[in-house]
Amino acid sequence: MTVPARAGLPGEAPPTSGPALPPGAAHPRSGVTEEGLARRLKALACTAPLHDLEARKANLAGEYTVYAMAELGLSAIDLVTITMDFDTGADHDEIVARLRPRVAAQAPGRDPAEYERVARWVLENLINVGSVDRGFRAVYGMWTREGEYIRRDYDFKLLEEVPGPDGHIFLRATDEAINVLVGALDTDVTSAQIAADVKLEHLIRRGRLAEARFAAEQARYRTVQYAESLRRALDATRRNVRAVDWLQGVPDLIDEAFEHVADRYRHENAILINIRRARDEAEESERKRGAAELVDIVQDCIRRHTQLQTRLMEAGPLFRAEQDRQAFAAPSTRTGLDLYGQLLGPLLELPVGDARRVSDRFFAAGTGLRTPVAVRLHDLTEMLLTPPAPRDHLGAELPEPDVSLTPDDSRYSESQHDAAARLLDIPPETPRRLSGLLAEAREGDPDLGYLVALLAFHAASPPVGTALRQGDRTLLVAVDDGTELDDHEVGGADLIIGTAVLTGARPEPEGPTPA
Amino acid sequence: MNHDTVTEAAPITSADVGDAARLVAFGLQPKLLPARDAEYGDLIRRHREDPRFAALAGAVAAGLGLVVLEVSPRAGMAVTAGEDSVFAVRMGDYARRAGTESADRFLHGLAHLAVAAMAFPRPEDLADDAYVGRLSVHGVDAFVRQACLRLEERAEQRGEISDPEVDGPGLEAAWRVYARRSATGATKDARRLAASTIGIVAKAVAFLVDSGFLQRVSDDAGGTYRSTARYQLQVRDTAGSAAMSELLELGVVAVTDGSPSLLAAAIDGGELAPGAGLPFHGV
Repeated sequence: MTVPARAGLPGEAPPTSGPALPPGAAHPRSGVTEEGLARRLKALACTAPLHDLEARKANLAGEYTVYAMAELGLSAIDLVTITMDFDTGADHDEIVARLRPRVAAQAPGRDPAEYERVARWVLENLINVGSVDRGFRAVYGMWTREGEYIRRDYDFKLLEEVPGPDGHIFLRATDEAINVLVGALDTDVTSAQIAADVKLEHLIRRGRLAEARFAAEQARYRTVQYAESLRRALDATRRNVRAVDWLQGVPDLIDEAFEHVADRYRHENAILINIRRARDEAEESERKRGAAELVDIVQDCIRRHTQLQTRLMEAGPLFRAEQDRQAFAAPSTRTGLDLYGQLLGPLLELPVGDARRVSDRFFAAGTGLRTPVAVRLHDLTEMLLTPPAPRDHLGAELPEPDVSLTPDDSRYSESQHDAAARLLDIPPETPRRLSGLLAEAREGDPDLGYLVALLAFHAASPPVGTALRQGDRTLLVAVDDGTELDDHEVGGADLIIGTAVLTGARPEPEGPTPA
Repeated sequence: MNHDTVTEAAPITSADVGDAARLVAFGLQPKLLPARDAEYGDLIRRHREDPRFAALAGAVAAGLGLVVLEVSPRAGMAVTAGEDSVFAVRMGDYARRAGTESADRFLHGLAHLAVAAMAFPRPEDLADDAYVGRLSVHGVDAFVRQACLRLEERAEQRGEISDPEVDGPGLEAAWRVYARRSATGATKDARRLAASTIGIVAKAVAFLVDSGFLQRVSDDAGGTYRSTARYQLQVRDTAGSAAMSELLELGVVAVTDGSPSLLAAAIDGGELAPGAGLPFHGV
């Protein structure tokens, strides 16, 4: 469910008559105040979709008022921002999946399908799926310098969908969203980054992990933003040789970025050492967990820097290759119409009403021809009477796979394995000799003896570590006390086999109780 | 085929007219190439060697409301629809929304122009008969977005307010209409979102493939295509000049020195879909 993208702005409707200014409008004609006002109105508008989520949850069919939709919305923007990398953003399902725990926490004990629905609703509303542009629009008004009052449309997006390299659709948070999210990010990125780092180090030294975590997250947002702006610059370099200033601008940028990466890397490694120490020395489990999460965040920052560095190193060779390809191509002596420079470029600058005349002409003359289809009444009747082919949203039917059964070549059957397991289910207090087990096994099934022997040999080198990791309570253990096994089928030691009980966090594998 | 027996003095027979009409009929199948069809190839040769036959074919085409762009072995009988011809493509038939929504109408037209600009990025590419353009759906979208971004930045630098007035939708800057439309979008049935810009470009490209103007190369970057000789002729001789004259009527004259402006203008800043570089290599 979506509403029209037009989000009204709070505030009284100002009068539309120009020169007769209301007494409350201070300096109506000075552009500066008006522009500042417009800027603030736009910033305010960016939060409107989030308020809107709250306002509209009551209209949903079902008991959804318990969910804090604005919180979910902000959290979704958070998640998208964090997963934004050089090449991709986050994918819809991933965001929904990561949002779900939070949804579930807000209304425990409900149907998981509902959580999914709520998460998806929030995400779709942040994209504003129902509108043609998949964006939002707010209206604001301002005085022009001529004293005329004009209302304008402000279009913005919070999450945008972009195509990925493999045809998938990814989500990216727009600049507006990042501004809504962290606020006042429109500052010098580098200095903000340094400030966050200093703060982080300080906090860790003083052991204030909760705040340090917050600062680290802030730093990561900034890192993402820095990477994002750099990615744009590098993409420009990739495709453009002449328009990019390769004498000064780009080399400076790259140097700066390299310096930044080196600096951050040093910084974050130092922080990492600090937090690791905090993590290992911490005694409260809560503190330990906090520190461990911090380690993850900082490691993620380092990973991003490494990625950035790789891009930086590619830039130089890329420029040279592009230059070879573009600049040194032999120029043609003939020239034709410059479709971009003379047509498309000027066209985009025109008001859309005029531009449409030009694009219409190009369309009419540039699409070629279609041979008109002549319809016979006979065909038409048949076509109209044919029931529509049901469109199967599952796609084409899969052919039944031609599966040939592989012959079951295992030596022992399932029931034999079960019998052996029952036999080896020895109480911890009473270990047994292998010879006795073999005799008992062969009573019912002559083949079973060999299987029991194999399992017993396996128990001579028991997988203690695996059992501990899996949280097993008991483990089959076999010990050789030097007695020879006298048997017609198997040879070796007459092992003592018993069950060891695993106890405690770091238990030594206990042998069987003394034989 | 009887063109071997036709001499200068022989009068025009109904068989000649039939052959001329046949040649035009071949021209109406834009995907068919003379190299692939012996009869078509023979008629093309006859058109070149026999001026009277050529005049006859031209007359037949004109009578049908067709404009002959070129008759050659590489492009075949390249004909296009005259403005009021029954063969012309109407925007309303092309896209249903475009009939009613003025923004959509503009975007569909713009997509066609952008595809052409991407297929022939430099002026000499359009002039060079041997040039084969290469483009991808994502590439076209990214390139227009880039151009829009530049215009937005320029407007900001000049301190202009690009937000349109509420009551004047036709006054909104054209780039803004494109920029605010979403590039792509998830749909329930995993098809392309038709109203997104990539969906609009994809539609244009698919249409041009049916017109024999583009050939599909691969599925990379939303579909990669190369241009045909016919497309070059169509853009160079018909569409480009028609749009230019319309632009001139609006009083917009862009003076260029013949050097490519796409390089310098469109490609800095902004993001491009991965792999969607500019097509500066023939196929």
